[in-house]
Amino acid sequence: MNAVVLQGIHKFYGPSGTGVHALRGIDLTIAKGEVCVAIGPSGSGKSTLLRCINQLETVSAGRVYLDGELQGYTEREGRFHPLPPAKVAAQRRRTGMVFQRFNLFPHMTAAQNIMEGPVQVKGLRRSEAREMALALLARVGLQGLHDRYPNQLSGGQQQRVAIARALAMEPGVMLFDEPTSALDPELVGEVLDVIKDLARSGMTMMLVTHEIGFAREVADHLVFMDQGTLVESGPPRELLANPQNPRTRAFLSKVL
Amino acid sequence: MTKTNDPGGGASPPVAGEAGGAVTLNVIVPPRHPGRWLAVVILALLALQMAQALAVNENFHWGVFWKHLFHPHVLRGVMWTLILTVAAMAVAMFVAISLVVMRDSDNPILRGLAWGWIWFFRGTPIYTQLLFWGLFAVLFPRLSLNLPFGPEIIGVETKWIVTPAMAAVLGLGFNESAYLTEIFRAGFKAIDRGQTEAAEALGMTRTRIWLRILMPQAMRTIIPPTGNETIGMLKMTSLVLAVPFTLDLMFATNAIANRIFLPIPLLMVAAFWYLAITSVLMVGQFWLERHFGRGHDLPATRGLS
Ligand SMILES: Nc1ncnc2c1ncn2[C@@H]1O[C@H](COP(=O)(O)OP(=O)(O)OP(=O)(O)O)[C@@H](O)[C@H]1O
Ligand SMILES: [Mg+2]
Repeated sequence: MNAVVLQGIHKFYGPSGTGVHALRGIDLTIAKGEVCVAIGPSGSGKSTLLRCINQLETVSAGRVYLDGELQGYTEREGRFHPLPPAKVAAQRRRTGMVFQRFNLFPHMTAAQNIMEGPVQVKGLRRSEAREMALALLARVGLQGLHDRYPNQLSGGQQQRVAIARALAMEPGVMLFDEPTSALDPELVGEVLDVIKDLARSGMTMMLVTHEIGFAREVADHLVFMDQGTLVESGPPRELLANPQNPRTRAFLSKVL
Repeated sequence: MTKTNDPGGGASPPVAGEAGGAVTLNVIVPPRHPGRWLAVVILALLALQMAQALAVNENFHWGVFWKHLFHPHVLRGVMWTLILTVAAMAVAMFVAISLVVMRDSDNPILRGLAWGWIWFFRGTPIYTQLLFWGLFAVLFPRLSLNLPFGPEIIGVETKWIVTPAMAAVLGLGFNESAYLTEIFRAGFKAIDRGQTEAAEALGMTRTRIWLRILMPQAMRTIIPPTGNETIGMLKMTSLVLAVPFTLDLMFATNAIANRIFLPIPLLMVAAFWYLAITSVLMVGQFWLERHFGRGHDLPATRGLS
């Protein structure tokens, strides 16, 4: 079964039809356990695509399916009826998202950040959630730092807490939007290691990154985006070694 | 963690460092501030002189001051002033939170209502509003719920609901709500949009995001100006004479002063109590600020924000 299916996704920012046309007909499927990595120049729509998958943005056209379920709407007689906000919130539990700027809750400790979703959304008991948080912190290599507030952690540590926070909801798909772009170079490795571990454990993931070497290593499936379209996709080694499309070639020649 | 300063002077003892080796801490001699000591002496002399001038001055009638400081009418006034302040601020906060949510909503009618409320209550003098609330029972003698053009379902005499105390609380509270709304809104606006998105990505509903993520963070910026407003409200309660409401501290001390023809000592009594309440409020504000500053006011290490 496919974990993620995108069909004909278009996205306009601003008044529909006249604003920025950020996505122009994207078709993409990600199988269960697969790691899909998106690369492409700035402004090509990579973030927008991720945000459409977990409904931080509503799609202007097309359909998003997670585990076979249409996201955000019920479809009857060819018309789309928006789901109520509570239902949308429930659908978002299928995905975990890791942001470029971490977005940890600054008024909560590392453990509280991780417990927030399980306690508030899933109704887990605090004691259980705390145990889970400590286990997740250990998993991302941060045992003992549970009582630190985000501003007492380094960037790399903050991002690892953010990954643990997303994992705490036990999502079917993890979305990463340039998880290492805001980090000092010497901190990038520790975050990438955690993501690699996740990939090995069979987590379904979609990842946007500028780290081409890392993409080659973890991706089962690499897609190159430009100007809101999916220009080229395939196994990473082939695509990177032998790009077919001239736009892919131009981009790779700049970043490799 | 091997940072410390050594008050005793002399060579400091070696301390075990993180790597296990011995670290000799720096001996730090606290810098001296002769200018500060000079200022303290001068200010102390001035204060003594002023205290003496006040204490021996016949015109202040300190005997009358002490006699009335705990006068039952004065104490009752203190109680009512406190009740009015707390109740009016509670009303104002409740209305202000509703207005903030309304101004942020997708519904243009709610947005317009909120805008109109703020326009009206900020644009008219509080004294006029209090007069109006005092006259409310005259303008609308009966409050009732009717079917449109039909019979009354339930109704009640206005004067039983809009009592002078109620009129004072509503008048002060509604007026204040307009100002608090702007303070609250600024507090929420200052929060990075990523906070809401992160909470949404966890599957949290709007209400929970407001309560768990946005409110606690907004509190940090909201509390200091709201503390100011509360202290302002404390003093604004002296205007409720307009309603007319006649049990507050200012009215009580004025009434006594007019009876015994000695305004100065009773003004001092009023000032004493206003200062005392303000001091208590400031302590409360300190604790609130500390509570909601958690995670922010700690020394930041590395990393963003
Ligand atoms: N909220 C918004 N309102 C209007 N336009 C937007 C908005 N967000 C993104 N865009 C536009 O949509 C296009 C795609 O943006 P997006 O952020 O998805 O690109 P990206 O591939 O993630 O770029 P980067 O590598 O710089 O993060 C860009 O032209 C951008 O300016
Ligand atoms: Mg982006």
